[in-house]
Amino acid sequence: MDTYMILQHYWWLIISLLGALLVFLLFVQGGQGLLYTIGRTEAQRNMIVNSLGRKWEFTFTTLVTFGGAFFASFPLFYSTSFGGAFYVWMLILLVFVIQAVAYEFRRKPHNFLGEKTYNAFLIVNGVAGTFLLGAAVATLFTGAPFTVDRMNLTHYDGWSTISQWSTPWRGLDALTDYRNWALGFSLLFLSRVLGLEYFLNNIDDAEITARSRRHLWYNAIPFVICFLVFVISLLCSPGYAVDQNTGIISIENYKYLHNFIALPLVAILFLLGVVSVLWSIWIGARHGSRRAIWFGGAGTVAAVLALLLTAGYNDTAYYPSLTDLQSSLTIYNSSSSEFTLRVMSFVSILIPFVVAYIWYAWRAMNRKRITPSEMEQEDHLY
Amino acid sequence: MLLATTDLMNVVDWSRAQFAMTAIYHWLFVPLTLGLGFICAIMETLYYRSGDPFWKRTVKFWMRIFGINFAIGVATGIILEFEFGTNWSNYSHFVGDIFGAPLAIEGIMAFFMESTFIAIMFFGWNKVSKGFHLASTWLTAIGANLSALWILVANAWMQYPVGMTFNPETARNEMTSFWEVLFSPVAMNKFFHTVTSGYVLAAIVVIGISAWFLLKKREERMAQKSMVVASVFGGVSLLLLLWTGDGSAKIIAKVQPMKLASMEALYDGKTGAGLSVIGVLKSEPQRTQENDIFHFNLEVPKMLSWLSFGDGNAYVPGINDLLNGNPDQGILSTEEKMRRGRIAIETLAEYRDARQSGDSTRMASTLLKFNPETPEGQAFLNDYFKYFGYGYFSSPTEVVPPVPLIFYSFRVMVGLGVYFLLLFILVLYLAKKQKLGTYPWLNRVMLWSIPLAYLCSVSGWIVAEFGRQPWTIQDLLPTVAAVSRVDSTSVMVTFFIFVALFTTLLIAELKIMTKQIQIGPHDEQ
Repeated sequence: MDTYMILQHYWWLIISLLGALLVFLLFVQGGQGLLYTIGRTEAQRNMIVNSLGRKWEFTFTTLVTFGGAFFASFPLFYSTSFGGAFYVWMLILLVFVIQAVAYEFRRKPHNFLGEKTYNAFLIVNGVAGTFLLGAAVATLFTGAPFTVDRMNLTHYDGWSTISQWSTPWRGLDALTDYRNWALGFSLLFLSRVLGLEYFLNNIDDAEITARSRRHLWYNAIPFVICFLVFVISLLCSPGYAVDQNTGIISIENYKYLHNFIALPLVAILFLLGVVSVLWSIWIGARHGSRRAIWFGGAGTVAAVLALLLTAGYNDTAYYPSLTDLQSSLTIYNSSSSEFTLRVMSFVSILIPFVVAYIWYAWRAMNRKRITPSEMEQEDHLY
Repeated sequence: MLLATTDLMNVVDWSRAQFAMTAIYHWLFVPLTLGLGFICAIMETLYYRSGDPFWKRTVKFWMRIFGINFAIGVATGIILEFEFGTNWSNYSHFVGDIFGAPLAIEGIMAFFMESTFIAIMFFGWNKVSKGFHLASTWLTAIGANLSALWILVANAWMQYPVGMTFNPETARNEMTSFWEVLFSPVAMNKFFHTVTSGYVLAAIVVIGISAWFLLKKREERMAQKSMVVASVFGGVSLLLLLWTGDGSAKIIAKVQPMKLASMEALYDGKTGAGLSVIGVLKSEPQRTQENDIFHFNLEVPKMLSWLSFGDGNAYVPGINDLLNGNPDQGILSTEEKMRRGRIAIETLAEYRDARQSGDSTRMASTLLKFNPETPEGQAFLNDYFKYFGYGYFSSPTEVVPPVPLIFYSFRVMVGLGVYFLLLFILVLYLAKKQKLGTYPWLNRVMLWSIPLAYLCSVSGWIVAEFGRQPWTIQDLLPTVAAVSRVDSTSVMVTFFIFVALFTTLLIAELKIMTKQIQIGPHDEQ
């Protein structure tokens, strides 16, 4: 493997890690979706919103960084998927735009739309945001209808667009594949599981704790079912393999199963992650453990990281084209130049430092759980 | 084909409208964040050093205003990043190798700093030490400004692409020097000019709101002290703003002469060109066909030449020179540039054909033309590839941006900038004489200066970005070749959805903000 290939693998790892962290941080969205289910009184809802409100920006920032890093390291994906699946990405943006103002505005006097509307914004973001992101990520395995021809740039008398979508549905076509639904719902219910585990950890209120434990079961069951459907169908599905030397892409049966076998460390990471998430559900629902979120979070990061690695590693096309096999995107044909990847690799050395200060700040703020009395004393509230 | 091409122009227009709309909305909120962050940090430093609860109460009030504004800035910002892909897919491929890096660094370095420490800034007063809190406030402000650095580096690269080479194999520009991209004169100038404009806006907002308190005879100490902090901060920033503005003019003269000519409505180039201080333009046919430009024009002789090139007798090319060419000044006509651009595009097509037919000799000879390290490559890149983007135009007039909009916006920006400088000096003078608040009419003027600050800021943005038209990347990629292949109806639908949403949120923001100002600072519990 030459240096360029190592860098391409390194950046796929970074993207996968950012994606995995993003899925963990979607606990904020999961919690938002349960606002009225868990918060029966206004006081309880305020505790929930303020508990999540101190974390929402991490999720948002991780989403933006995930997008930015994807753009920087695999720009052809950016131009193909974003420019092609136009409706899906616009919908995702819409539900994140409304989230960003909801926390700050919801309880401010004269807020024009009323508290209930802002609460509804939080719920829509919590439910639709997670489902749509899950369905969009699923297309990294299930593919999308597009073609890529860089030399379209030579058409100076008409459309010169390099990446083109083959259907007028512009991304909504993903809804015709049950596997995309399965991963969309998996992410939705997983985020709710994580949200409930976060409430157990961060909110000091007996009723919220009891309700969260009960609802952990209600959300864990559909999560497990949807996730199993997705994983089993994935392992049985054919995938697109790329020849490192020629760049030619061909269909390989059981490609993702082969990837897990060829990458045993990734397979172990995946299994450990899944077990950790299941364990977190058990200790959370059964014992109301405050530590459930740590097992759930770590497990989520591990399992999602492993899944995304299997999408791009072991010579796999990570964005299969359903229209033209050879247009499929691989980490080799869609990455930035070696020089750019190298420059950004130096920047990525900063990531542990960033994680360290986030961790430090988070600890400083989370030493005490949110209580009803804090809600009365604090003068900056969401 | 005809229908498809017609829709292409519609898509370009609607995509431009969508990007302009989201960028203008975003830019309504960002400048206040950039400046108010530092004003809060300065005030908290005063609290940290003096221990006076007055400053804590004051800074908490301004932080509340910061928070409301920040949220909507974030909301309008996320869409911009993704619009590069959704609406400008070719653009994101063509420049992704360069543009992506600053965006990624922005996320990793700046956004996380901002979002981590803002939580402490708002919720950490009783949870962390005074010193840690102060550091968090500074880091929030620095994080916000660092975000601006990286996005402006990317924007500067669009105005003046440097530090890259075109790779025909991947049909895109690839970075060859990160430092050239980061420290390009356009990038540095643009960064300092833009952030200091944000500081000036924030200072005017603080002064205006404080003036309202003085008018109402409430919170007079807070209002007066805030005015002084804002005037010093705003005044120093404005001097930097003028300095970098001067630098901008000189750089634009060199790298974007059409933008400069449009800012001045200079149709025929001149040696010793004068600067129009204020003028009223005639209609487009009169300007372009009869060469009759102004109804009225007040001009400072030789000033434009001096500001652009540091020499009162220097030649400044006009729109007609850039369109029709001027051999005496060594300026090529747009038609010639279009011809050369097409040759560059056709050379790329030649490479495509050679590759498809497996003709390795022809592939190698074409590749040589794109290689900057060979004499043949240097000649081709300099004589033909330099005009690559011109090859996509069908008429030379497409390269002229909307002159009146740029001409008037520039005058609004500069005029208001001078007015703000006088205002800062006046506030500091009155503060020294202890007469702040004694003239109600003056307080009203200060209050009504707030919308002027926004007008000034948006005008500057219009000059920079409309002046760049029709390019997404100067001389290399026009909007028509950068756009995603989406039907215009889809873009239209999303345009109206986001207009409605952002307008609603803006109304909400204004109502919340005015109410919070009326409530005033909270008393400490």
